Amino acid sequence: MTSKSTRSRCAACKYLRRRCSPDCIFSPYFPSDNPQRFSCVHRLYGASNVGKMLQKLPVHLRAEAANSLYFEAHSRQEDPVYGCVGIITNLHEEIHGVEIELARIQAHIGIHRQSNNSEDGETSQSGHGPLQQ
Amino acid sequence: MASSNSYNSPCAACKFLRRKCTPGCIFAPYFPPEEPQKFANVHKIFGASNVTKLLNELLPHQREDAVNSMAYEAEARVRDPVYGCVGAISFLQRQVERLQKELDAANADLIRFACSDSLPTLPQRPVDLIVSTNDNIGNINELIGISSGDSTASLCYQTPCTSFSFPSATAYPIPWDSNTFDNNTSSGDVNQVGGGGAGKGL
Repeated sequence: MTSKSTRSRCAACKYLRRRCSPDCIFSPYFPSDNPQRFSCVHRLYGASNVGKMLQKLPVHLRAEAANSLYFEAHSRQEDPVYGCVGIITNLHEEIHGVEIELARIQAHIGIHRQSNNSEDGETSQSGHGPLQQ
Repeated sequence: MASSNSYNSPCAACKFLRRKCTPGCIFAPYFPPEEPQKFANVHKIFGASNVTKLLNELLPHQREDAVNSMAYEAEARVRDPVYGCVGAISFLQRQVERLQKELDAANADLIRFACSDSLPTLPQRPVDLIVSTNDNIGNINELIGISSGDSTASLCYQTPCTSFSFPSATAYPIPWDSNTFDNNTSSGDVNQVGGGGAGKGL
């Protein structure tokens, strides 16, 4: 099939075997040199859903949206059961662990501060020893 | 597993799709009629046929967790059409980094105290007190394709723009309660997002 235009089809239109129009919603975000990106997204969401989601967004936010959709789709491909929710859960666990450790260290610091304060108190009192007797 | 008496009431999916809920309906165990929004979100983001395909590729014991995680992702995407769950990941990762800095500062304080301690024997070697999760953060950075200082990572997930205001941590609750979790769920939203159910100890 000869094309009048030298512009090649985007990855989405190649995948969907259709003509890539100049105003194709997918072409800015699914370039032809990365076919895997669209096939991954298509597998999870479907082309129609992706197109609808992108259409609803202002143009300046669509690139970020496409990237995050791809990230989620890729995560789901890697982990079909939990997808990127597994990452979120791991992060929650990590936060919990660090918070516990931080509390432990801060407790240690509190103990040290207390013992330093009481030492300072004894020192100042001993300086007044004769007066205290 | 959520129970759905399909003989009396169609599951949420079949109600939504306006079709007869058969005894072998693949959705019925996971989309009870009492939770119509769960399927509505999943259908909006993924579509019924994609969900069916995904469930058919999984073993039966994996399907409940898969549905719950998809419901969580779908709800996140409905709330945040630009970043979805990835916004949560970015937020939580920043929280890890902030806490790590606090931990490093606390460790430095403790070392200072320990070194200035006049006791002949220190209770513990200062270096033993240093806890670092930098390796874990590095691994997560690799996982989500972010390298420090590299704004053109292949997954190209940039920090959400500064005009996006991050909700508090309770807006990104632990996906769902897990029997193997020791953590206390900090938010009552857990059960609202993906439905209850045993997780893997994610």
